[in-house]
Amino acid sequence: MRYALIGPNGAGKTTLINLITGMVAPDSGEILLGDENVTALQPYQRVKRGLVRTFQINTLFPHLSALESVTLAVLERDGHAHNWWRALSAFSAASDEAAAILTSLNLQRHLDKETRELAYGQQRLLEIALALATRPRVLLLDEPAAGVPKGESAELFAAVEGLSSELTVLFIEHDMEVVFRFATRILVMVGGRILVEGAPQEIARDERVREVYLGAGHAA
Amino acid sequence: MANARRLEVVFWLCTLLPFVLTPNYLSLASQIAITALFALSLDLILGYAGIVSLGHAAFFGVGAYVAGLIAKHYWTEPISGLLIAGVLTGLLGYALSHIVVRFRHLALIMLTMGFGLLIAEAANSAHDLTGGADGLQGFRVPGVLGFKFDMFGRTAYAYSLGLLFFCFLICRRIIRSPFGLALRGIRENATRMPAIGAPSLSHLRKAYTMAAVVAGLAGAALTQTTSTVSLETLSFGRSADVLVILILGGAGRLYGGLIGAIVYMVARDQFSGINPQYWYFWIGLLLVAVVMFLPNGILGGFSKFLKPKN
Repeated sequence: MRYALIGPNGAGKTTLINLITGMVAPDSGEILLGDENVTALQPYQRVKRGLVRTFQINTLFPHLSALESVTLAVLERDGHAHNWWRALSAFSAASDEAAAILTSLNLQRHLDKETRELAYGQQRLLEIALALATRPRVLLLDEPAAGVPKGESAELFAAVEGLSSELTVLFIEHDMEVVFRFATRILVMVGGRILVEGAPQEIARDERVREVYLGAGHAA
Repeated sequence: MANARRLEVVFWLCTLLPFVLTPNYLSLASQIAITALFALSLDLILGYAGIVSLGHAAFFGVGAYVAGLIAKHYWTEPISGLLIAGVLTGLLGYALSHIVVRFRHLALIMLTMGFGLLIAEAANSAHDLTGGADGLQGFRVPGVLGFKFDMFGRTAYAYSLGLLFFCFLICRRIIRSPFGLALRGIRENATRMPAIGAPSLSHLRKAYTMAAVVAGLAGAALTQTTSTVSLETLSFGRSADVLVILILGGAGRLYGGLIGAIVYMVARDQFSGINPQYWYFWIGLLLVAVVMFLPNGILGGFSKFLKPKN
């Protein structure tokens, strides 16, 4: 399932992702992942359970190469990152998997480049690669194409589209063309609440949504 | 990579030169090796995990006192004393790490400095145990593995250098392991680490404990090679000095602490010989020059110089 979370600036979309992933503690309520209550879990513990996010502003490892960054995520996932007595080269399966993930996102020519030397669009893809390396069950993409030129954002979303259908993706996006092209369900958030949820066609017809985006005068 | 390996071999071969070229300075060479080991321990947390500490001498000093107390009250065999000092400072480091790793930036500096001062004053007030301001005296470690600690410092240097080399190999393995990569990840972006499933605090606690062990070993070696312990081993000045040494050599480069210790200690020895009262002036000048012209330390400048230009 591909969910799009849309809403005007300040609606609380990123705050919702912060709450879901444990980066902000809720004042009340519960966060459920399937049947499991994960409200009390630390962010890294939620990641271990498959609840993974990317960031609106690149939050990467500037002096690590793309391959090192994703290898680190794989090692953390497999519980090998605590190992200090074996050389990194002994974990070739992890780096092979990291290379495969980066290749699947068309970054195979930049494996050994330091992250800070990657082009902006490539850094956005690396954000997604890091998340994928954790093998998520639910992937939360906070404006994955933020700052990416319009033409390239479709390419980025095409990469998201190619992800396993068993993976639930929720993405925040302001480009409605992209939203209606890639989302199977859309949630509209206003003032910290879900205003409406539905299939893209239903959302396109919803007068409350038109009012939010175009103003009261434009509602049919 | 092959060049780097060759440089490493040359470096370690050069550490043997004092035995031949400067036999009258082997005591200084021994102090340099011990200080380099201390700087290496700080590099583990500062250079690789981003934990800034102004109280690292706490571990050095505790290691020094543990080794001294063992030699004074129990036995004088140094290697077992060294190991016990390492274990006890590791336990202290582990206990403190639960608090230290929760803080960053200025708060962290203040916290580590506070712990350092607390332990120094505790040692000062425990006069019956530590000798207070007079230091711990009245013991002598005769030698190691059948070699006597001679007045020229030959055995002391061999012992300190051997310990430095052994610890360096372990630290290098740590840095080049998955755990070392995780530490670099924390240093690079502590916010991102939990988002890839990393228990950052646990990693930091482990690194802090390891650094405490290495610092404790350095302190113990100083005690065993000089047969005395003073409160200075716990002082803020020693914590500040080792920070300066690491910045001077280049943090996060393993060899930075070693190069920094050589430059700093030799400069201090020479400057204090030229001008016994105002030698810190020249150290200050050296620091200003390094920070202005080599912001990433001597090794940072060296690697930039070696890097092929596009």
